Parts: sequence; structure tokens; C-alpha cells
Amino acid sequence: MTTTKNWPLWEVFVRSKNGLEHRHFGSLHAADADMALENARDVYTRRNEGVSIWVVESKNITASNPEHNGEMFEPAKDKVYRHPTFYELPDEVEYM
Amino acid sequence: MSEEQIRNLEKQFEERIARDEKIEPKDWMPEKYRQTHIRQMSQHAHSEVVGMLPEGNWITRAPSLRRKVALLAKVQDEAGHGLYLYSATETLGITREEMYEQLHTGKAKYSSIFNYPTVTWADMGAIGWLVDGAAIINQVPLCSTSFGPYARAMVRVCKEESFHQRQGYEIMIKLANGTLEQKEMAQDALNRWWWPSLMMLGPTDAESVHTEQSMKWKLKRKSNDELRQQFIDQTVPQADLIGLTIPDPDLKWNEERGSYDFGEIDWDEFWQVVKGHGPMNKERMKARVGAWERGEWVRDAAMAHAEKKAERKEKEAV
Repeated sequence: MTTTKNWPLWEVFVRSKNGLEHRHFGSLHAADADMALENARDVYTRRNEGVSIWVVESKNITASNPEHNGEMFEPAKDKVYRHPTFYELPDEVEYM
Repeated sequence: MSEEQIRNLEKQFEERIARDEKIEPKDWMPEKYRQTHIRQMSQHAHSEVVGMLPEGNWITRAPSLRRKVALLAKVQDEAGHGLYLYSATETLGITREEMYEQLHTGKAKYSSIFNYPTVTWADMGAIGWLVDGAAIINQVPLCSTSFGPYARAMVRVCKEESFHQRQGYEIMIKLANGTLEQKEMAQDALNRWWWPSLMMLGPTDAESVHTEQSMKWKLKRKSNDELRQQFIDQTVPQADLIGLTIPDPDLKWNEERGSYDFGEIDWDEFWQVVKGHGPMNKERMKARVGAWERGEWVRDAAMAHAEKKAERKEKEAV
């Protein structure tokens, strides 16, 4: 096992036939983007799973830190006016 | 980190699991959780990859084109399953090369079942029906296990395993309803694969060292013995249906339990195989290591070509 360089890791995103957006499907190793795309087609779309594939080399992805989830994602409780239910409507208005 | 901080983190961690929250790669986790998952998930990945060998043995000799394309598709799926699982394991901070190294040096195990030889075409039926059947029983609960990447990989795997089991059972149906020779071949395959399939569900609860911890982490929802019973109860009627006999003189329906009683498993054989002394252990590893070593120059060529292409692109951009 003396292979000088290991193939980099790629993340695979697939948009399904009726899908509105690309979804993360998994990852794979490939020497370059073209090979990553070919392998992603074979591995992740064997059963009509999708119509469009994106591959991104993993090192290009920056992820948020779970330790900061509080300040990052907690909705501001004092901003209730962001929700439609904050606004009062006369009862006569049936659909809005 | 102080011991108290770690205890605190561990407590929060256990609470998250109790609430059925998924643990993701960047989340804090106890070292033992990480190590147990690396062990189990990589072993699972290795099993998919080594599992291609016994079936690959019959691709060129499949008796009809229909059977051949199905077998090819199945083996391709297994390569894919190995890939999903290696990728999921890599999120725990181990590289695929390290995992291969562990497999090739015998440090990491793979399912004991793949150390049995495939000597007739009927073995393709028995493997799909029994081996993949036992695998499904093991894997369905893993779709809701606590580690997110593992659970997601298992959802994909389970969808595809169902095709594997059905194609195997169909082979058995055809043989069992065929000529006398075909029926004998099917029965012979069932005789050889039945006990090793039961062993796939692991040692008895009393002997299983990881069960308690794995249950806590939801890596396991049912014990080995419960899963084995479930496998037997659902498989025996399938054998009856096609007129094949389970090779166990002690097998008997137990009205009171609503389950089958069954005979003693040869655990000596199981441990022999796990420790590397099964009929095909050496050959399987020889095939894997050989493919890795002989493929080295191809991997290097692909990498060198990719680098050259990237350089050329850079120059053109300037």
C-alpha cells in the first residue's frame, strides 16, 4: 500500500425528477470532478433517483459549528411580528 | 477538558439519544461511541465489499441472461452499499485507506458468512433468500439508529436489499419446482447455507459483549436472539411454501410461544470462521489485497492525470 496520493473526497447532491432542489445524497472518492460525476451517476441514480447531479470537493464546504447552534439558529422570541398569526384580522375575512 | 465537563457533555449526549435526536459528525460524542461506530460501520462496509466475491464467482456461469443481469445488478448494488457505508464511516474521522488497511491486515472483520464457498448455481438463490434475508432483519432497525450518517446510509441500503432477497427466492422457487436434479441442488444449497445464515445474527445474548452498550445507543433495538427468532419464524414458512426442508431435526412449531423452537447452533464453527479459519477466509483476503495491490498503478495514473488536467486549466485561465 504505497499509493503516493489518495483520491480526494467529493460530496454528491442530486435533484430528483420532481424535486425542486438538489439534496445531499452522500459522498465518494474520485481523482477529479468528471470521475466523481460518473461515479455519482452509477452509485446514486441507478433507480431513477434524479435528473441533475452536483459534485463538490469536500474541502470546499464550510459547516456551521453545532456548539454555536444557540445563537445561530434560535429564533428571536421577541420578533413575534415575523409570524402571520401576530396580525389581527376581522372575523369577516375568511381566507387570508 | 476537565472530567466534570466531560461528564456533563456525556449526560447531554445520552439525553439527546433518549429524545431520538440524531447525532451528526460535528457534534460532540463520547470517544467510545465514535470507536464503536467506526468498528461496526466499517465492518459493515467491508462485508458488502467482500460479499461481492462469493456471488461474483457465478456471474460468468449464470444459467440464463435474465439471471445473469440480475446477479450483475445485485453485485453492483453491493459495491454501492460498500461505498455509502465507507463514506458514512469517514465522517467519524477515519480515512478509507485506513479502513482498507485494517481489512487487509485482518484487524477489521467482515461478516462470517462470506467465508463459505459458492459451489453451485443454487447458492446464488440461497444467498439472496437467506443471507440477504438475515441482513435485512439486522439492517431495518439500523434505519433509525442514533448516528445520522449511518441511519441515512441504511435507508438507501434497505430499499435495495429487498430486490436482492426477492431475486434469490425466485431462483429457489424455480429450482424447487424444476427437475429432480434442480430440486436436489436447491435443497443442498439450503442445507449448507441455513446454519451460517443463523450465525449472521451474531453470538447468543449471553455471549454478546457489545449488546448492552449498543442497545443504549440505539445501534441495536433487538437482541441477537430476538432477531434470530424473527428470521427463523419468517423463513420457515417460505421454505415450506416451495417444498424445501430446513436442515434442523429439532425445528418444531411451539404453539405456546407462537414461534419455532430450533436446534443448537455450532458455535465452535462460528468462532473458527470469525477467527480466520473458515473455508474461504484466506482466499477472500487474497482476492481483496491482490486487487488493491495490482490496482495501485491505475489509481496513481488517475491522480497524475487529474493533476495535469487541473494544471492545464489553470494555465489557460491565466
